[in-house]
Amino acid sequence: MDAVAWFADVGIADRPTVGGKGGSLGELTQAGIDVPPGFVVTVAAFEQFLEKLEAREPIRPLVEALDPQDLGAATKLSEQLRVRVMEEAMPTEVQDALKTAHARLCEDGQPVAVRSSATTEDAEDASFAGLQDTFLWVLDADDMIERVRECWASLYSVESMTYRRKQDFPEVGVAMAVVVQRMVDAKCAGVMFTRSPTTGDKSVITIEGAWGLGSSVVSGEVTPDKWVLGKITGEISQRDISDKHARQVPAEGGGIVEIENDDERRKSPCLTDDELLALREVGRRIERHYGKPQDIEWALDQDGKVLLLQSRPETVWAMKDAESAPVRKPEGKAYNHVMAIFGGKKK
Amino acid sequence: MSEKSFPLPSSLKVTPGTEAAQAAYPYYAQFQPGDDERFWFYNSMHFPEPMHHFDMITAEAAYCALGAFNTRVHVLPTTKGIDHRIINGRVFIGGVPVTDPEEVEARAAEFQQRGFYYYENWEKLYDQWKDKMKALIAQAQDLPTPHLPQLEPMETTHTGKGVAANHALIETYRKQLNGYYQMWHHHFEFLLLGYGAYMTFFDFCKTAFPEISDQAISRMVAGMEAEIFKPDEEVKRLARRAVELGVDQHFTADMDIESVLADLDKVGGPGKEWLGELETSRNPWFNVNVGDGFYHYHRSWNDDLSMPFAALPGYIEKIKAGENIERPMDQLIKERDQMVADYRELLDTEEDKATYDQLIELAHRVFPYVEGHKFYCEHWYTNLFFNKIREFGALLAEHGFWEKEEDVFHLTHYELESAIIDLMLSWSSGSPPMGPSRWPAIVAERQKAIDTWAGETVPPALGQVPEAIDDPAIVMLWGITRESLDTWLSDGEGDPNELRGFAACNGVVEGTARVIRSVKEIDRIQQGDILVCQVTNPTWSPLFQKISAAVSDIGGSMSHMAIVAREYGLPAVVGTGNASQKIRDGARIRVDGGKGTVTILEQSAETRELEDA
Repeated sequence: MDAVAWFADVGIADRPTVGGKGGSLGELTQAGIDVPPGFVVTVAAFEQFLEKLEAREPIRPLVEALDPQDLGAATKLSEQLRVRVMEEAMPTEVQDALKTAHARLCEDGQPVAVRSSATTEDAEDASFAGLQDTFLWVLDADDMIERVRECWASLYSVESMTYRRKQDFPEVGVAMAVVVQRMVDAKCAGVMFTRSPTTGDKSVITIEGAWGLGSSVVSGEVTPDKWVLGKITGEISQRDISDKHARQVPAEGGGIVEIENDDERRKSPCLTDDELLALREVGRRIERHYGKPQDIEWALDQDGKVLLLQSRPETVWAMKDAESAPVRKPEGKAYNHVMAIFGGKKK
Repeated sequence: MSEKSFPLPSSLKVTPGTEAAQAAYPYYAQFQPGDDERFWFYNSMHFPEPMHHFDMITAEAAYCALGAFNTRVHVLPTTKGIDHRIINGRVFIGGVPVTDPEEVEARAAEFQQRGFYYYENWEKLYDQWKDKMKALIAQAQDLPTPHLPQLEPMETTHTGKGVAANHALIETYRKQLNGYYQMWHHHFEFLLLGYGAYMTFFDFCKTAFPEISDQAISRMVAGMEAEIFKPDEEVKRLARRAVELGVDQHFTADMDIESVLADLDKVGGPGKEWLGELETSRNPWFNVNVGDGFYHYHRSWNDDLSMPFAALPGYIEKIKAGENIERPMDQLIKERDQMVADYRELLDTEEDKATYDQLIELAHRVFPYVEGHKFYCEHWYTNLFFNKIREFGALLAEHGFWEKEEDVFHLTHYELESAIIDLMLSWSSGSPPMGPSRWPAIVAERQKAIDTWAGETVPPALGQVPEAIDDPAIVMLWGITRESLDTWLSDGEGDPNELRGFAACNGVVEGTARVIRSVKEIDRIQQGDILVCQVTNPTWSPLFQKISAAVSDIGGSMSHMAIVAREYGLPAVVGTGNASQKIRDGARIRVDGGKGTVTILEQSAETRELEDA
């Protein structure tokens, strides 16, 4: 298997090699959804690297031997492993493959985002999203390689290791792919649920967004504007425009920085009605593609073009659906149903 | 939260100076001592203005019929009829729920033989209904204009008729009254059953899709070829004919209708042909009135052509520019069917899909009646009725009973019958009638009372606050729920510049409010204005090409206005309660047709002073 796989060549079925996020971005790309271009540093690259590390001294058996209750031991191990991951030279062919891919992706030196894409992350039953890392506005290939290494190292963070021990995941199956994606200089960004997070209603789409990069919304640092749209009708039934005090923008030397919004921007909706409807269209397409409601991260570039950053199946209401009974059973005659209105409350 | 309640009926005082006018309403519509124990609400939906004494006939005829069908014809299990009371010109109504479980059960068994028979045979019975209604309308049209000749025509003698002209007065009057009461029976023959089928689908959708909007459900149910679209389609047809016949230059924004008609007649050929087309449109489709048809002053297009004529120049301009102004019927039907299919696809189980199919099919079966009956009842028949009464008004005015024909509406229908008999006696005996010395003072007194009452604030409800409102008739016809009571109880706590109503058609628009109180004012509307009015109905739809949004005091999300607004894609909020009072003409407002809110952004002090002065 190659160390690098382009989005256009992978799908959700490739999760074991490109991770959940990589597989999903590949799937969306293949489905014709606008996703910023990118590639995945595959599990093969990680395995090659790990092999090199373990050739010196084992790693997986140490993690497997960990007592999840013993925080002290976990902290100590995490520090050791992190140093080893950060200091071990990368296998030459992996490093070359990454540099070549980066050159192809960023012909004009465009910045990238580097995000971990664990093979277990986003799993419908054991979401440990958020335990892995994301690095935004990474400026060059060397920096990108450092960030890939940090993503790998995050597998051995205290939280990540103890979580795996508690869940009793075998370490052999635990690997990390990393997504490297052209960075969107977002005018605004946010999340979209293709069903209601409050009632589970599948006929509405909830969109939340704020100015600047989506990181401020995902991390909860800014209260986003919120809209509820009819999935089928497009009617906008709810508009909550919040006071968005700040936004995150690219920093000059790489990374991101938070800046204050002026008064007018704070109170202005970050999306127009047309943009909301464009987002709804994309949301519907993705939902149709997967055949179930989705939890989506999106951004609008400076020209207002909608770009998809991530999509995963909605899990909370999906579990409730499985247990729910039908609203009403069919009747012998359609008009028998009117007794529900005319017959009074059933005791 | 503090315990809030509505005032008791017994605490309401008749406004000083209007006692006689109040006492003149029928005794059976006056509040009684025991009424404090019950819950009443102000029927602002149907009777938003103080009632002229004659117009109370609409309330009593309607409640006679509504109750008869609920209580004794279809036998609705949980509810009987509606009681009504009037104080200070305002109509309050109270439901009569059935609460004894045994009685509910017994009535349910009856209902399943009676109401179900209607559902089973809906199409056949509805066809019959249309025949009955048309026959009733024909009868009303055949009634002679009341008239008293100096001497009986010779014909009476030669044919041995044996009945003199004064008898025709009482005969015509009573026939016309009978017809009106009967029309209201026809009106309620299907209505509750139709709404019930619709509500069943509505409830299913609200359970399956908790956040679905009322307007989305209404759009799935709406019929495409309903009578309510016809009047506007006729105006479009007339615009098209004007262009085809080359007479379109006669129709301008500032035209005087009378001279346009005279000019067209003079032009001859094509002009006369167009006038012929106008006659075709007028009968029956211009028998729509500019209100809900519940008041005598809701005049029809036929009585006043300004509404349809106001729309002609705009349509003509569009036709000449090559624009298509026809309703894209095939596309509308396709869109509706697509919507029904799209919601169906979101249902989780096959059982729900089967139920959904049953309910939408039933709703589509009953809806032609729900949408169509108003044209025949509230518009066509009601216009004939009030115009006939107007003829009596004119005849009695001629004999000095009062000054102008409209004054007749200050009498109750009993009083009017007595005035007619007074005139019959006078014609018969050759002595002067007594009415002229009696009625003018009463008419003046009642006009003054109506003016006084019109300025009063009306409590939305009276009496005991019910635990819950599960009377299907009240929920369906008036949209009153426990939630709306809570809103009423907390009135005055919200943002005073924000009004809430039913979200009728999606879209946000900011613009200048044009508060229109009668059809006489429609020429004040400028392109892009937001129409603010008390009642809107399909007859206002020709104006929709000119305005950018619409706001009304009255109406629900399935009101005809809402249906038409959605077709035009015109942002609209209906049923705000008091927008036409709170919003001053010329104010800057924002209408959010998706949320159902209207915000007053800027209301100049000048307009306010003018109004307050």
